[in-house]
Amino acid sequence: MSRFHGNTQPPAGSVLEQLLAKYVDYMDSLRRESFLDDQFTQLLKLQDENNPDFVGEVVSLFFQDSERLIGNMGTALGKKSVDYKQVDADVHQLKGSSSSIGAVRIKNVCVFFRNLCEAKNLEGCYRCLHEVTQECVVLKNKLNTLFMLQKQIVAAGGSIPVD
Amino acid sequence: MAAAGAVLRQKLPGNMDICGRSGKGSPEFHVLAVDDSLVDRKVIEKLLRSLSCKVTVVESGSRALQFLGLEGEDSSVGFDALPVNLIMTDYSMPGMTGYELLKKIKGSSAFREIPVVIMSSERILARINRCLEEGAEEFLSKPVKLSDVERLTRYLLRGEADQVSEFRKRKLPKTCDFEFSFPSSPLSNDSDSSSSSRSSSPLPKRCKSV
Repeated sequence: MSRFHGNTQPPAGSVLEQLLAKYVDYMDSLRRESFLDDQFTQLLKLQDENNPDFVGEVVSLFFQDSERLIGNMGTALGKKSVDYKQVDADVHQLKGSSSSIGAVRIKNVCVFFRNLCEAKNLEGCYRCLHEVTQECVVLKNKLNTLFMLQKQIVAAGGSIPVD
Repeated sequence: MAAAGAVLRQKLPGNMDICGRSGKGSPEFHVLAVDDSLVDRKVIEKLLRSLSCKVTVVESGSRALQFLGLEGEDSSVGFDALPVNLIMTDYSMPGMTGYELLKKIKGSSAFREIPVVIMSSERILARINRCLEEGAEEFLSKPVKLSDVERLTRYLLRGEADQVSEFRKRKLPKTCDFEFSFPSSPLSNDSDSSSSSRSSSPLPKRCKSV
């Protein structure tokens, strides 16, 4: 599939060509490193002129939601008598929403986290909580970079490549 | 399935979307989607809108019943709204699960004909079986893809909902000794890329049958 899917071949060496190449490489690296999977691309494909910020909005909702859930988990783990079922329910929610946006690494931490909830392993749960928090921060930064590149492509007269 | 069957097409013109109007005054396809996850509600709504379906999204089973007019004080809402042609519900929800919602819908004379599809991130055989037995049309794996919804609305719009869906025909035996879930791969070895449970291949060897 052409690297410039959706774009007519831009002039060689042009700003747009460079931006597109940079974007495709960046997207490839995010996939390779399991930050994002095909589900994210599915969402990009749904984006159109009627809803040009659809993916940005979904991502924003995801981070709002994840912050809330992570906060709940922290509170629950800090209690004298930890309600692991409740923590597990929150992890399950986070797992679901991360899967819905294609956030593979976060989803994978959640899978592991659930096992630790089942085992009632408090230390393990705290480690997972820390890890999932970190992964959210990293992903947020990566997506900001990706969205920035998208804006630049559109500003240069191109369209966002989707596979 | 009178409601779904009312919008029959012999064939779809190449450039017409699944839920698009034929231009001869046929009604829009109206889907009621139920999910407690904010992110999932936004995604399913967009998936359905991209197929030109009318969508009502609610966050819980009880809200869904209220919308239909089956429960709650605001029972007039359902009567004024466009009739619902399909209900898509998440399985795991606090309060009322998707399964419980399914039972209530199938237990109602007014709404039992509406096809109900269950969505879940966990593929547990007993759960799938239970839903199918209760009358669910399909069991979709999350994350739900456009191709899943497209396929679904296509066969429902063509009135094939009157026939038992392929999946329901191949109901999994109750005799599986234990539950297990498939993390990612579909049940079948089909080349069918859809992630929904619509399989005709034999069960994996782990599952004993009588």
